[in-house]
Amino acid sequence: MSLQRIDLAKKFIEAIPHARALKMNFVAVGEGTAEIEMPYDEKLVGDPATGVIHGGAVSALMDTCGGAAVVSHPGAPLGTATIDLRIDYMRPATPGQTIVAKATCYHVTRSVAFVRAVALDDDRDRPVATATGAFTYGAATSEGGKK
Amino acid sequence: MKRPAPEPVQVVKQRRDAALSKLVHGVPYIRFLGIEFERRGDELTAILPFNDMLIGDPRLPAIHGGVTAAFLEVTAIIELGWSVLWSKIESGQIDPETVDAKHLPRLPKTIDFTVDYLRSGLPRDAYARARINRSGRRYASVHVEAWQDNRSRLFAQATGHFLMPPPDA
Repeated sequence: MSLQRIDLAKKFIEAIPHARALKMNFVAVGEGTAEIEMPYDEKLVGDPATGVIHGGAVSALMDTCGGAAVVSHPGAPLGTATIDLRIDYMRPATPGQTIVAKATCYHVTRSVAFVRAVALDDDRDRPVATATGAFTYGAATSEGGKK
Repeated sequence: MKRPAPEPVQVVKQRRDAALSKLVHGVPYIRFLGIEFERRGDELTAILPFNDMLIGDPRLPAIHGGVTAAFLEVTAIIELGWSVLWSKIESGQIDPETVDAKHLPRLPKTIDFTVDYLRSGLPRDAYARARINRSGRRYASVHVEAWQDNRSRLFAQATGHFLMPPPDA
């Protein structure tokens, strides 16, 4: 069951071209939880003076991880779309270190999934960023239906 | 005493565009996403040319929500960074001829950023404009709107708060 779930989760991320472009890797997945890491890359630097990764790349990681947590929720649909995402940046990520995001889908209704996420570098006690988001959940998940 | 003749418009334009280009192209992540900026006076429009690696849902296909968030955040930061650079150039504090990537003013830091996803991002070019609602000595609040084919049909909007760099940085 859990192996199958990890396999599904890996397929989920491998199917996302932008997750591949950012070299994201699945670390772990549970029922409504996901953990994804993104290695440091000079292409992702937002502040050339310090070498710190751009907040946008952290957002992309958090969004992917949040979506993965929703898709891994028991009884979840095969896909999801972000309705709203808020990110708080606590401190710059240390240059050179891999960033790992951990997301939990802590509540679902028939149509909405609520997610919390945190982004960490090697110093696991001081988060780089936190996020809260709402994602689509259920049959009408495909944003294509929202024309 | 005779006043010096005003500079030719092309000279002024070229100087301002070169300064904007240095500000934008100095950031590796902006180059990675392929975002460009167009300037009309002090108004900026960000352009995200479509590219397959921006896709988040290959079934639709749709632009990745994280890309949309990043595009809006880059637009907000450059809008703020440009407002600082513009005033320093106009007041003569910075000479755009000699300024290089290392001597540009520091960019503001994001405190928080909230994105509303209104429609799925279609596989085509996207545009965004930011509006600085408040910019104080330390903090700024910025709203950003993004659209694709139709300016009045936004596919995403965002509001963010930013920490401004110290004035001498």
